[in-house]
Order: sequence, then structure tokens, then C-alpha cells
Amino acid sequence: MADLVSHPDEVKVVSRRFGLGAANLDRYLELDGYKAAQKALQMTPDAIIAEVKASSLRGRGGAGFPTGMKWSFVPKESPRPKYILCNGDESEPGTCKDRLIFEHDPHSVIEGVMIAGLAVGSEQGYIYLRGEYRYLIEIMEKAVADAYARGFLGDNVFGSGKRFHAAVHSGAGAYEVGEESALMESLEGKRGVPRIRPPFPAVIGLYGGPTVINNAETMANVPHILLGGGEWYAGLGTPKNGGTRLFCLSGAVERPGVYELPLGYNLKKMIYEVGGGIWKGRKLKAVTPGGSSVPILKAEEIDIPADFDSMQKAGTFLGSGGVIVIDDHTCLVKYLLRTESFYQHESCGWCIPCREGTDWLKKTLKRFHAGGGVMQDIDNLAYLSENMLGRTFCPLGDAAAMPAIAIVKKFREEFEAHLDGKPCPFEAAK
Amino acid sequence: MQFSENFEKRYSDWLTHYPLKRSVLVPSLLYLQDELGYLTEEAIREMAARLELTELEVRSVISYYSMLTTKPRGKYNVQVCTNICCMLRGAEEIFETAKKKLGVGHKQTTADGQFSLEEVECIGACSWGPAMQVNYDFHENLTPEKTEQVIDDYKKQGTQ
Repeated sequence: MADLVSHPDEVKVVSRRFGLGAANLDRYLELDGYKAAQKALQMTPDAIIAEVKASSLRGRGGAGFPTGMKWSFVPKESPRPKYILCNGDESEPGTCKDRLIFEHDPHSVIEGVMIAGLAVGSEQGYIYLRGEYRYLIEIMEKAVADAYARGFLGDNVFGSGKRFHAAVHSGAGAYEVGEESALMESLEGKRGVPRIRPPFPAVIGLYGGPTVINNAETMANVPHILLGGGEWYAGLGTPKNGGTRLFCLSGAVERPGVYELPLGYNLKKMIYEVGGGIWKGRKLKAVTPGGSSVPILKAEEIDIPADFDSMQKAGTFLGSGGVIVIDDHTCLVKYLLRTESFYQHESCGWCIPCREGTDWLKKTLKRFHAGGGVMQDIDNLAYLSENMLGRTFCPLGDAAAMPAIAIVKKFREEFEAHLDGKPCPFEAAK
Repeated sequence: MQFSENFEKRYSDWLTHYPLKRSVLVPSLLYLQDELGYLTEEAIREMAARLELTELEVRSVISYYSMLTTKPRGKYNVQVCTNICCMLRGAEEIFETAKKKLGVGHKQTTADGQFSLEEVECIGACSWGPAMQVNYDFHENLTPEKTEQVIDDYKKQGTQ
């Protein structure tokens, strides 16, 4: 459905089977499918976790937490069943990569979930997809049914005597459910209101049992790590930032698309060479490098490696891999207004700093963009967003605050240009 | 009450997936809505009874999820994404085109009940924006002309 692109600099690991018909189980098997799961069945849980730790795979959902370490937090003995939860609620603006995995390589997700199960001693996995992805839910359901029919899932996986079950679960439209504790609430049939932590999901998660929650891209990487070895995978990226990543190039570039590049690939090169530069012969103004929630980078700040640690050093985050490119014809007040309208819409209202904060940000920006702003508003926007940061149960409050803090700080002059009582100068120039 | 055979088969299958039956609530509501057009009083009452919940609990869940609705909608629900990535590539113009073409605004339905229009948040088509969904079908890399064409195609389909 969504168009595939390619570039010579790509290193295809998780996208290796894209476009090859691997949603078909026989085709998947021809392409080394389920070899990793069978290998994992011969390994001890500790050995599986050690391999994933050696790969320095970090969560591809946004937080970048080391996957092997996350798995090692699950207690070996548990009075309640343990669960594996694959997060495919992909909803962060700028992010459209899991879609391609579900469409082109659904079995790799199942295989990753199963290996996670073997690693932590869980016999049940859930693959949660956002409700809008109905065609992908159908692809995943068929993949799960096919895997059951061959005995790859069930009470005796690959004749090993071990049990592992998996089910596909549909959401119904909620950004916040992409946050791990809200995801569990949603899967339990409730509103996706986040839980306070601790306890962390690895100890008390879904149905009160220890739970591993990983993004779909993270899961899909796991089989490749087991087959190729953790050391090989780690070597593809930079130290502590193992492997490759699906980068979703969007916005004002000539060749938007999802490209798989090694972690540490230069961000500027990604935009100008892989993405073909800025569209319509325009100039670059800014980049939001990890989905809508991360702090913005100015055009002159993007000559940096795109990996978790380098991005953090540059004051932002690699986040979900959504690289949003903004050209010089774009009004950043309007961009921020649209961003905050989104977070205001998605806030569940549980935590007051987020509920009230996003509403105030949206209202202030709307008035400001329309020409009704005063100087004090600029400081108020900064003050308000700084006071939302770190004061909510889930990171939605941070997600709304971070772009506001960075844009007001880095592009203050653009706000000041709106202070003449007239509508937006960018609109006027059109 | 009984829903469609198709739904009942799915529903009984889903019940086997989870240790707590309440887990089937969200997908059940969405799939029921697909068949009924919206979540009717009757459907809400029935789901509450089946899952041993109060109607209020079911309504509380419905109000949280943006895809779920208790109001009738058109046969084709046109959902235009205007979030930042689509906006950077002209989504506002796409939404205006759809508004003009259908003669309705955000969350409104045409008089013949064929079309509803909605401005929606990110649908995961960021690298292929501007984009919209009509019911569950994605339409990507839109231009105003392509948007009109897509709507015309559904109009034709609707009158067949």
C-alpha cells in the first residue's frame, strides 16, 4: 500500500524482506524465517538475553531503553503468568515505519515476540495495532493463524513441548495508548489512562503479571540478532547504539520515505543525500528529528550522527525515528500550534499539568498566530511548558512541553514577528 | 441479542485470547460500529451485559477512543490528516478541497447520508503525506485534484 523507497546507503536488516512477499509463510521460511525462533528454543533464557544485550539493541518506540536489560528485569519466578506485549500503536506524528513491518514482514514480529517469550519465560504474547491500521490487522491475523496451523505457535511450538500463544489486538484511536502503561490499560478493556510507576511493567504489568513491552520494530530486529549474532548487530551502529533503524523522512524533502540506515548516520546527509534535499528549491529552516515530541534542531545544528546518544548530546532525542523536515516557507508558530492542538486533543486529562497545560498552549498559540499576541505571551509559553515537564504520570506532558520549549527558545524572533497586531507574516507572504 | 454471524464468530474467538473477558471490549466496540454504522443504545447495553459492566463503564471507554462514536455517520467517512507532516506538504488545502467538494465541515455528514468528513490526527502516513483515510482505506500523496477524484470514485461506488 505505502510506497517503498530505497537508497544505496541503506543497510537492510529489519527491512530485508520488504517487497519480497514475506507475508506469505512459505516465502518467509525461504527467507530464513523462523530459524531464529528454532535456534532460541535450543538456547537458555539467559543466553538469549545475553545475545540481545550484546547487540546493544535499544527500544525503537521512542525511549531508546536497552532491550536486553528490559528483559532481564523480569523476575524468573512469578506467581502470575508473564506476558509479552508488542506495541504497534504507532501514532507519534512523523512515524510510519511499523506499518511497513506489519505489511511486508508480519512473521518477523511474531518471531520476535516468541523469542522474547522464551527469554523471560512467558507463554502469551499480544500484538497491539492501532485501530486505523485495519488492513495490517488483517495481515497480522492471517500470519498468526498460519503460524498456528503449522504448529509454530500453540501448545507444542516446533515440537519442542513448549507453549507459546499469540493474539492480535485492535485499538480504536488513541495516541496515548502508545505509552506502555496506557497500552496495558487499553488491552485490559479500559480507557488508556497511564499507571504510576513503580511498579514497572516488568514486575507488575498486564493483568498484574510481569510484562515485557517492546515496539514492533524492536521485536522485528530480534530474530536477525539471534541469527547474525549480537556482536554483528552491534557493529552496524555506533557504541551502545547497536544496529540500524527505520528512519521516516517526511515534510519538506524531495524524496520522503522510510529508509533503513545504520545508527550514527549523519542527519544532514540523511536529509540532503538520502532524502534528496529540500523540496521546491527552498532552504532548510529546522528539523524535528525523532517524532513531533522531541526538541527541534535549527538548520545549522543538524551535522550530527543520528543515534540515541549523539542526539541527546545535541539537546534532542532520536525518539521514534520520525525525521520531520521544515523549510523556510513554514511558520514555526503555526507548526507549534498544530503540534499543541494535537497534544491537547490526545491528553487523557488525568494529570492536571498536561490537561491544562496543553489547552493553554493551544489557546495562547492560536491567539498569537492570529495576530492577538503580546510580548508577555512568549515568556508565558516558555514558563508554562517548562512547568509541565516531568510533572505527569506518562510522557505525554513532556511530549507537549519539549517542542514548545525548544521552538520558543530557538526561534523567538519568529514569535516577535507576529507582534504587530496583524495576522501571520508567512500567511501574508503567500 | 445476537449480532451478525461474522461478529459473533470473531467475538467468541477473542474471548479465548484473554484471561479477563473485559479485554475484548475495545475491539468489539470498533468491529460492531463497523457493522452498525455507530454504537447504538442497544449495542452498548448488550456489550455491558455480556462483559458484566455498567453501561456507564462502556460509555466511558467509548468517549476515550477517537474512532468510536455514538452518532450516525455517512457510509464513507473521509478522514483528512492535517497533523504537522501532512500540513508541511499541503494538508490544509486538501481539507478545504474535501470540504468544498462534499459541502460539509468537520464532523458533519452530507444530507444524503453518503459522506462524513473529519479532520483527524496523524494516521501514520507521514512519509506519504498529505494523506487521508476513507473508512479504512489509505489515500496518500494527495493533491487537490487527486482528492476530488478519490471522492468522485466513492460517489460512483455509492450509487451502484
